[in-house]
Amino acid sequence: MPVSDKKTTEFPGQVHETPGGGIVLSILDDVINWARSNSLWPLTFATSCCGIEYMAVAGAKYDFSRFGFEVARASPRQADVIIIAGTIVNKMGPVLKRLYDQMADPKYVIAMGACAISGGPFFYNTYSVVKGADHIIPVDVYIPGCPPRPEALLHALISLQKKIKNGLTREQIKDAKP
Amino acid sequence: MFEEIGTTTEGDLIINVGPQHPATHGVLHLVITLNGETIKKVEPHLGYIHRSIEKMCESLTYRQFIYVTSRMDYLSAHINNHACALCVEKGLQIEVPPRALVIRVIMDELTRIASHELWWGAMAMDLGAFTPFFHAFRERESINEIMEETCGARLTMNYNVPGGVMADLHKEFPKRVKAFITLYKSKISEYAELVTGNIIFQNRMKMVGHLSVGDAISYGCSGPTARGSGVSCDIRKLYPYAVYDKVEFDEVLETGCDSFSRYIVRIREMQQSVRIIEQLIDNIPDGEFQAKTKAVLKLPKGEFYTRVETARGELGVFIVSEGGTTPYRIKFRSPGFSNLSALDKMARGSKLGDLVAMMGTLDLVIPDIDR
Repeated sequence: MPVSDKKTTEFPGQVHETPGGGIVLSILDDVINWARSNSLWPLTFATSCCGIEYMAVAGAKYDFSRFGFEVARASPRQADVIIIAGTIVNKMGPVLKRLYDQMADPKYVIAMGACAISGGPFFYNTYSVVKGADHIIPVDVYIPGCPPRPEALLHALISLQKKIKNGLTREQIKDAKP
Repeated sequence: MFEEIGTTTEGDLIINVGPQHPATHGVLHLVITLNGETIKKVEPHLGYIHRSIEKMCESLTYRQFIYVTSRMDYLSAHINNHACALCVEKGLQIEVPPRALVIRVIMDELTRIASHELWWGAMAMDLGAFTPFFHAFRERESINEIMEETCGARLTMNYNVPGGVMADLHKEFPKRVKAFITLYKSKISEYAELVTGNIIFQNRMKMVGHLSVGDAISYGCSGPTARGSGVSCDIRKLYPYAVYDKVEFDEVLETGCDSFSRYIVRIREMQQSVRIIEQLIDNIPDGEFQAKTKAVLKLPKGEFYTRVETARGELGVFIVSEGGTTPYRIKFRSPGFSNLSALDKMARGSKLGDLVAMMGTLDLVIPDIDR
């Protein structure tokens, strides 16, 4: 089923009315995914221009705290999602890998902007740029733009939530039992 | 005593700040040698966002290379583009129409306000105050909207082309700018109440990060960093370009030589930017917004250098041309690089906690330093 078709805002389960209350029937994994997706703490990781739009989304006009993203953490050990906002160059590559490794499971990755997707404007004739952050760490959601509009970042955050609720992020697929 | 400072002896603590650290405003890496809590030495390590922009420019034509420079100092993207356009125009000896000159200056000053806004919010956040960030971004969004209407982009405008600007102003532009200026004037006093007058803030900023006049000159500091030490270095005044010689504004100088002076310089610069825009917004001349240029630009053989005042200081663009369609070599003299080099001088002998206040008032943009 495509991610967008499934209803994701509701609690995953059914309520059976009984006298004096009710019984909730659900799958534990779904409840955990539902709970996780509504409180994702991003890592403040900004290398260049996209970081400014990331800050704009943290500001009052766009305000990503509406979706549970407001607790931006400076330490990777406390963060759930890493938003790669900006170009990754060869010298930064090992640092990014290390940050990703330091994050606790479950962890999710958003590649923000053309540079993090493919090198973007720095694809040709450059000797130092990594041509896409997914050469280094696995990416769940890509946002095009140079830099992307704040609305695009919000859309990506909601898409990531949908992916988590449906168990479709790279990490969840990797861990799924046959 | 002076020999002792700056050398690593047994018992010193060496800590790394960055490249992933919120106070570095990007990916700067500082290796700090501490004796207890006192800083003995600060060594910046660069290159974590070195994107080889200068090398890229050698394979791009004179129209194309301007867009890359928006990504260099993205907070003053328009001013960067202006510097490059000026350099190409100097080589080709293009006469820019007066309308384009005025548009460029208005856009430059709007960019400067937006840049200082972000600096103000981010610096207050570094010092532990979160509210100013929201105030700053509230006003900054209005500038972004004005930019978007005319240029098509919020941050990386690419509005300057050799010979003028890319498109004419949006028809609502003067009205929106005036509305913004009216609103903004009332907000500047709010900043003073919220942060500048705060006693905790003043205690953390005053007598912190001393940069003497001599050091500011010898390290090649420019922009508000140098003007906070009383060094007159405003390119808009000293070597006027566009229409800066026709508008009235003051070069802001403070003589405190500390972080607080550099802070006050930027706050007062925002007021001066408002003053410049007010003089120009009703007097945008009619006519062409772009000079007629050839489809393929070829600079004559030679070397060309122009400089402008960005929000951070002096940006120089040096083009070596061999007569072809692409530059033989491009060198950018970025303000952040020189300003950062003075950090070690400022920080020696002070406490680790004050380093954040010093870096905040340097207003570093790391891609501008690494390029």
